[in-house]
Amino acid sequence: MKNNKSVIGNMFHNNGRALGSMGYFALLMLVFLIGAPEAWMRPNLHQSVFVMMPTLIFLTIPLVFLVASGEIDLSFASTYAVAAYVFAIMAKSGIDPALCILAGLLTGTAIGGLVGALIVIFRLSSLVASLGVLFLLRGIILLLTNSRSITLLEIDTHWIYPLLVGKFYGFPMQIFWAAIFVTFSYYLFSKHVFGIHIHHVGDNSVSAEQMGINVNAVKIKAFMFVGFGAALGGIFTTLITYTFFPTQGFGYLLLALAAVFVGGTPYWGGLGTIIGAVFGVGIIAYMEIGIVAIGWSGTWRQFFNGLIILLALLGHRLHGERVR
Amino acid sequence: MQPIIELEKVSKYFGGITALNNASLKVNKGEVVGLIGDNGAGKSTLIKTLVGVHSPDNGNIKIRGDVVNNWNALKAREAGIETVFQDRALCPQQSIVWNIFMGKELKYPFGFIREKEQINEANRLIREIGLTSKLINAQSPVGNLSGGERQGVAIARAIYNNAELIILDEPTNNLSLNETQKVFDFVINVKKSNRSVLFIGHNIYHVYDISDRFVILDRGEVVHHLNKEDVQSPEELMKIMRDTIKGH
Repeated sequence: MKNNKSVIGNMFHNNGRALGSMGYFALLMLVFLIGAPEAWMRPNLHQSVFVMMPTLIFLTIPLVFLVASGEIDLSFASTYAVAAYVFAIMAKSGIDPALCILAGLLTGTAIGGLVGALIVIFRLSSLVASLGVLFLLRGIILLLTNSRSITLLEIDTHWIYPLLVGKFYGFPMQIFWAAIFVTFSYYLFSKHVFGIHIHHVGDNSVSAEQMGINVNAVKIKAFMFVGFGAALGGIFTTLITYTFFPTQGFGYLLLALAAVFVGGTPYWGGLGTIIGAVFGVGIIAYMEIGIVAIGWSGTWRQFFNGLIILLALLGHRLHGERVR
Repeated sequence: MQPIIELEKVSKYFGGITALNNASLKVNKGEVVGLIGDNGAGKSTLIKTLVGVHSPDNGNIKIRGDVVNNWNALKAREAGIETVFQDRALCPQQSIVWNIFMGKELKYPFGFIREKEQINEANRLIREIGLTSKLINAQSPVGNLSGGERQGVAIARAIYNNAELIILDEPTNNLSLNETQKVFDFVINVKKSNRSVLFIGHNIYHVYDISDRFVILDRGEVVHHLNKEDVQSPEELMKIMRDTIKGH
């Protein structure tokens, strides 16, 4: 019996937010199941969700790190396109696609690092500065491509294509990679010194500095991780659709941010949940596809997305306000 | 036995202002020294000099009997001097164990945390200083703790950082009687482990209760060194202080 109360209390403190978003996910499933049981039983609905989810996971999970460190980034939606562009233009010119993927990932990470350095060194507002970068990079892409898309029809003959986005006994490989990404991120966030420093920096950066943590370096690394995730998302999508198009990624901007907060990571820094974010992604992805699948007009989608975000935020209030 | 740290006739000037004037102070192993003085008496300059934020313009600093040159914050930490600041410098949303190991985590190669070892060590440390309650263990979030208990976490962190001398800067400010008693208990446990404490406070009663010796600072000068035996009551200590200030 000893310590019983505190063990349960600590468990709730550590996992309450993740449990919360799991609950909302289950509730949403239940609503859809009752609302449109036949549509819900059809496997192709879930398949299309599973195509969308990995990309959204690559974007959302690194954002949890960044938000927990007390910053925000909007530019990832354009970094996504820049990295995909670098990949596509190189692959089109005949360079080995494996190298092109590496180059795309490096580009995304480097852009993240530059955005982070800009914000941290010049002490800019991350919201406004990354909004600027979002438009700037998108503008560059549109200028470079003349708003034209690039198709890579022959890419699936290379060995890396089936490995990344092929089917394994009917199972899309990107789900497997997304699962590895989530597992890795979970350990990085809660069991690795990087993740722990993210928590400290977001919670009390003055104290973190006093105890010898390099606050700026931690934040820049978090921005780099966001850039890396954006590049992964962009490259995977380009592979799946055989096409780079210059506006790609823009549609994910608000969805990925919504998934972070619906997933239970609070906006004020110092806290975050990877598992919660996965369920946040699930909620957003099912909303996007489920509304149409159950026979409602697509025009309802945004309405319900908004409703879900507000309800989730109200629900997460139960986990309390910021402790000081 | 050599004192852990000794300031010998240390002076510090800021422009034309004399912040410390021939101030001498020593702290022996295992003793609690109370530092008192009015606002502007030079307490914070003295602390900052002790921890190496300021280097003295005149006078010597001795660590365990040896004069140290180019005194700075790094040397102070290496000498085992840790400060627990008023604002407590904790991350309230994180657990006790994460706060104790903040910036000095126990790691495997590649940076993964030795979680079990950290938790065991943190539990040992909070037991050592007496931060024990059925509702508190190393994984409790600091935000659930009271003000006094949070001081305990900060003290435990100082001990983990190999502190020989812990400087407590007004640790009982804004604390209730009950919470103040908790902080006193922590200080007593620190003393039992043969470490030393420099206790800075406004509240003469608090300083009187916990200290073995008193150092009274006034306008940058150390005006009194008193042993507990020389002062019968906090009221007498207060009177000595008042007379000193009037005397100037």
